[in-house]
Amino acid sequence: MTDTSAGSVPATTPYPRFFDVIAAKWPPLAAVIGLLALWQGIVWGFSVPTYIAPGPVDVLGAFRDNAGTLWTNFWPTFMEAILGFFFGNLVAILLAVVFVHSRTAERAFFPIAVFVNTIPIIAVAPILVLIFGNGYAPKIIIAALICFFPTLVNMVRGLRAVSPATLDLMRVLSASNAEIFWKVRVQSSLPFLFAALKIASTTCVIGAIVAEWIGSSFGLGALIIEATYNFRSPLLYATVFTAALLAVLLFSLVTVAERRLIRWKTPAVH
Amino acid sequence: MAIAAMEPDAAHAAPAPRSATAPAIRVAGVDVTFGEGPGRVSALKDVCVDIAEGSFVTILGPSGCGKSTLLRAIADLVPISAGSIDVHGRTPHDARRDRNFSFVFQDATLLPWRSAIDNVRLPLEVGGGGDAHADPADLLALVGLRGRENALPDELSGGMRQRVAIARALVTRPKILLMDEPFGALDEITRDKLNEELLRIWRETGTTILFVTHSIPEAAFLGQNVLTLAAHPGRVREFLSIDLPEPRRLAIRDTMEFIEITAHLRKQLEAC
Repeated sequence: MTDTSAGSVPATTPYPRFFDVIAAKWPPLAAVIGLLALWQGIVWGFSVPTYIAPGPVDVLGAFRDNAGTLWTNFWPTFMEAILGFFFGNLVAILLAVVFVHSRTAERAFFPIAVFVNTIPIIAVAPILVLIFGNGYAPKIIIAALICFFPTLVNMVRGLRAVSPATLDLMRVLSASNAEIFWKVRVQSSLPFLFAALKIASTTCVIGAIVAEWIGSSFGLGALIIEATYNFRSPLLYATVFTAALLAVLLFSLVTVAERRLIRWKTPAVH
Repeated sequence: MAIAAMEPDAAHAAPAPRSATAPAIRVAGVDVTFGEGPGRVSALKDVCVDIAEGSFVTILGPSGCGKSTLLRAIADLVPISAGSIDVHGRTPHDARRDRNFSFVFQDATLLPWRSAIDNVRLPLEVGGGGDAHADPADLLALVGLRGRENALPDELSGGMRQRVAIARALVTRPKILLMDEPFGALDEITRDKLNEELLRIWRETGTTILFVTHSIPEAAFLGQNVLTLAAHPGRVREFLSIDLPEPRRLAIRDTMEFIEITAHLRKQLEAC
C-alpha cells in the first residue's frame, strides 16, 4: 500500500513498452506457464481420464466449444455479484456511520451483526431461496451478506482511526461533529474501507455462485452443478476459471478506484 | 509583501510592543486535576501568571510538571478544577470560539490527503471561521515554503511540515499563538533554523506567543520571559525576564550573558 513508485517510470524509454512489461513480470509468467505445462504433463503421463481431470488443452477446447454458454451464464453471476457488492457494502458503510455516532446503536446491533456473520452462508442460502423464490433477489442478498461484515468492521475502525492530536486540532478550530466527519473521518477511513472492499470484491462472487447452487437454472454456479453431474469436466474447469476471472476483474476495479482516491501514503491497514 | 497581510492592525507593527495595560492572558490560582478518588492526580496547583500582550513567553520545566497541561487549559482543551483563566478578558471557551488563539502541536497534525496550502486553509473551512483571514499563499511564503503549495505532507520533511502547521495557525490572524513543543521532534539544525524564523515571524506579526519546551537553550533564546514550572504538583517556580539584545541571532547563544542565563535556568530546574 505504501508503494508510490508506480508513476515514476520514465516516459521515454528506448525499448517498446511490451518488452518492459515482459522484463518486469517474467517470474510470475514463467511460474504460470510452468505450472500449466506440469499439469498437462501429469495428465498425459499418467493417462488420467478427461472426466476425472482434464488437461489445460481440454479446458481450452471447452472454452472454445462453450463460449456462448459461458457468456450467457457469466452475465447473471456478474450482475448478482456487482449488485450484492454494492448493496452489502452500502448497508455496511451506513451502519458503520451510525455506530460511530451512537455507542448505544453499536451496543444494540453489533452482536446481531456478529451473529448473522457466524451463520454459514451455505446454510442461509436455502432459507432465502424459500422466502424470495428462484430469481435474482436471493442471490443478490447472499452476495451482499458475504460482503457486509468485513466492511462493517473495517469501516467502524477506519472512521475511528483519527489521531487524538487531530481531534484536538479540530476542537481548537471549534469544528462541529459534522465538519470533523466530512473533513477528517471520511478520508481517514478510506484505506480501511478499501482493504475491506478488496476482500468483498472476491467474496461477492463466491456468494453469487453458492446462491446459484441452490436450485438455480442460470449463472456460473448452476453451470458448475450441471457440468459436474454430466461429467463434463472440461466445461466445469472452464466455468471455474470464468468465475475466477470475474473475481479478478472486480478486484482490479477496486484497486484502480483505490489508486485514484488515495494518493497519500497510508499507515499499514490490516 | 506577506507581512502586510499578517498584521492585525498598524499599532502592532514591528518591533513588538513590550508592554500593554491589560495582559493578553491572565492565569489566576489555577488547579488542574485528573481522575477521581484515590487515583486523583494534581497536574497543576495554584498557578498564577500574566502574559503581556505581544510578548514571547516560553514555559520550561521537567517532564510531568504540567507545562503542556497549562497550555491546553488556556486553549480550552483541558478543564480547570479551580481558579480562572482570562484570554483577552474572556473565558478560554469564548476565546476559542472567537478564534483569539491558535495552537501548534508537537506533531504537525496535517491532514495527509490535503496539499500544504489546503492544510493552511483548513481553519477557514471549519468552525464558521474565515472572515478576516490572511492569504494562505502569503503565509506559506512567510514560513519559507513558496513553491511548495501543492506538495502533500508526505512529500515534505518534518521541518517543512511544522512550517505548514505554523502557517495554518497564523491564517486566522490570531492574537495569541500557543505552541506545545512544536520543534521537539526535529533535529537540532532544523530546530535552530526554525527558532530564528519563529522570532522573525513574531516580530513581523506582533502576535503574543506562549511556547512550551523542555530545552533550556530554546527557552532562553526565544523567550522575553521564561516561566519555569516545578513538578508534582505543577506550580510556578520562577518568571524570569531575559534581557538580551534584540533582534536575537543564533550566535547570541555563544555569549557569556546567554550562558549565564542558561546556567541559572538549569539550576532552577535541578532544584525542582
